[in-house]
Amino acid sequence: MGSAGSADRYLPDTVQQAVKILVVGDFGVGKTTMIGAVSEIEPLRTEETMTQASVGVDDLAGLGSKTTTTVAMDFGRITLSPYTALYLFGTPGQRRFWDLWAGLGEGAVGALVLVDTRRIEGSFEVIDQLELRGDLPFAVAVNHFPDSADHSPQALREALDLEPGTPIVNCDARSRSSSVDALITLVEHALALQKGPS
Amino acid sequence: MSGESHDSGEYHDSAVRPYVLTQGRARPTRNTIGLDTLLVVADAGKPLSPSATRQSRDLLRMCARLLSLAEAAAHLRLPLSVAGILASDLVDSGHLIARSRIPEAGRPDLTTLQEVLNGLRRLS
Repeated sequence: MGSAGSADRYLPDTVQQAVKILVVGDFGVGKTTMIGAVSEIEPLRTEETMTQASVGVDDLAGLGSKTTTTVAMDFGRITLSPYTALYLFGTPGQRRFWDLWAGLGEGAVGALVLVDTRRIEGSFEVIDQLELRGDLPFAVAVNHFPDSADHSPQALREALDLEPGTPIVNCDARSRSSSVDALITLVEHALALQKGPS
Repeated sequence: MSGESHDSGEYHDSAVRPYVLTQGRARPTRNTIGLDTLLVVADAGKPLSPSATRQSRDLLRMCARLLSLAEAAAHLRLPLSVAGILASDLVDSGHLIARSRIPEAGRPDLTTLQEVLNGLRRLS
């Protein structure tokens, strides 16, 4: 079996399927905190590369108009049953990273959008984009920071101009149970969408 | 889009292209391998071609037991896209088995979603 560390690293051999949820939000909003709070492994960091036109970025003299950007994504894992493992991928919310979502969102249960009420404007674009795409179920989790003002979910729903069906919950990304509750809200929503109007 | 100095450490731009490690290829040979694809060695005794790269050997060794592509890539500090191409080759050559994945562009089915929900409820 090797050391305890490498024994914990692997999934039980009975696991047959993996599912994923994207935890979307700006840097510093608490994605990694939440993933660390619920993950059974130490959060890992992986890198994905994006090649994109460097609009508005200094062109490397004569080297072409594209840059390769490496985006670091933290992720964690929960083995939900002997058969199924859930992966949580922290996904940057800024516009320049949206190309990443196409691949990451494929086959995902949905996205949990983490919002920091101290800079709510950082969330408008992400939510607009998810509403526009329409193919990825999402819920909004308002991460409560110690110096956050108290806003009612209803006031935030209006401030974020959420569609009526989109769930919004308060959460504390440092708390395992609070983060799990936010994930449950998302999965319930995804399930309801999948079932269609009853 | 500029002035994101607080982002430092979460991404960086590089002039070195990752396809150096993948012999010029930007896409895997199969499109069914994603970051949540589960990988495990197919036949522990099957030798790799002598020309296999160090990265392929490391990946095969890392997948001695069940692990997702994202985890294998993170442990080996390989970019995901590179690990995906190498894993795809190892599946093609019969060294690795990829466990089933949710169909492309589809959503998990009702049974799977219900299982995820039940699993999360057991945690709360």
